[in-house]
Amino acid sequence: MVTKRIIPCLDVKDGRVVKGIQFEGLRDAGDPVALAKYYDEQGADELVFLDISASHEGRATMVDVVRETAKALAIPFTVGGGIRTVEDIERILRAGADKVSVNTAALDNPSLLTEGAKKFGAQCIVIAIDAKYSEEDQTWMVYTHGGRNKTTWAVVDWAKEATRLGAGEILLTSMNRDGEKSGFDLAVTRAVREAVTVPVIASGGAGSAEDFYQVLTGDVQADAALAASIFHYKETSVAEVKSYLRNKGVDIR
Amino acid sequence: MNIGIIDYGMGNLFSVAEAIKRLGCDYFIAGDSTTLAQADALILPGVGAFPDAMHKLKASKLDMFIAQQTKPVLGICLGMQLLFEFSEEVQPTSGLGVINGQITKFDASALRVPHIGWSELTWHKPYVESTTDFVYFVHSFYATQTNEADIVASAQYGDVQVPAVVQYANFTGMQFHPEKSGELGKQLLKRWLKDVAK
Repeated sequence: MVTKRIIPCLDVKDGRVVKGIQFEGLRDAGDPVALAKYYDEQGADELVFLDISASHEGRATMVDVVRETAKALAIPFTVGGGIRTVEDIERILRAGADKVSVNTAALDNPSLLTEGAKKFGAQCIVIAIDAKYSEEDQTWMVYTHGGRNKTTWAVVDWAKEATRLGAGEILLTSMNRDGEKSGFDLAVTRAVREAVTVPVIASGGAGSAEDFYQVLTGDVQADAALAASIFHYKETSVAEVKSYLRNKGVDIR
Repeated sequence: MNIGIIDYGMGNLFSVAEAIKRLGCDYFIAGDSTTLAQADALILPGVGAFPDAMHKLKASKLDMFIAQQTKPVLGICLGMQLLFEFSEEVQPTSGLGVINGQITKFDASALRVPHIGWSELTWHKPYVESTTDFVYFVHSFYATQTNEADIVASAQYGDVQVPAVVQYANFTGMQFHPEKSGELGKQLLKRWLKDVAK
């Protein structure tokens, strides 16, 4: 048995956590290590750092964030954002991250998945897919640039192809649901999970503990669920979500 | 007590080193047997593919050095798998052969592969005291045809019993990542270091 994972996501820009979080007892709400520690204590099963820095300097700072987190904590974490080459992957993993997630770079250059998996193992290469329902195509399509640009890939096809190429896990974000707090997109999560044999992390739309229950159980069975703002703004906590799930009989650490 | 962490170009040495440091123990990282011979005990970490790893160990003549150790050796994740006789990953490859058994892939038609996440350990022997039995796994291959006597703890993944902590003579292996496994991970490393101190 492997337990369902609850994963908070931290957006990091130039080495600082953005989205203005205020926690009691936390002197510096922008310190990624302090927040990682907070979530670790709450029982987070993993963390995701999403680097949204626009500059090279900002991205270089991310390596320091990774190193400081690995120094302070015994918690697994994934780093995404700005990873375009095998060298980028190596730099992040060597600094102490357990996995890297790649998004647009893998669409532009699918061999990144193959080379990354060959060198570091499929288990540390996560393919991040931004999914949005397209009326025109009558299915979910892969989008880039925050949902603005539609690619020619259907989500299910890209999920299959990316895992065939070497990705060992899928981080599936519903662009329709992202920020809506109306629940995860169960249909797209179910469709992707049925199409692949690697674990699937559902993301986008978490508004309550019940939303986690819906996506992790029943006929959806996501392996993990990720959320950002509801944890940051303390609408619920990782501990509350986990206790809710445990009471409903879900396998939780 | 000084722990030598073996650097052979495979994986996440930093997190392992920091975990050892958090326990107040000295360590150094090296990739040659002359330097590593100075250590009181060795850690063989590793992330990546089995054949690459064996190739690199052989290239730096670390394969024989490790196999002939009488000091405590701890293999983590791929490092544990390398302690066994053989692996079918990518192409059939011989391992260090210090623990009986071989490395096989999970059946992806029956299970999500890789096995990623927190699984509960079942203890076959008393080893540590901890308030939790969960540790963090990330792997696609696992040990089979092992000697029951060598298994200290296992984890259940689907129908598969995954050897999680193995021990034979001075060699210990952990399939999960103790350096990423919170409280129990810390206790397990502490326990191993206690054996080193003996």
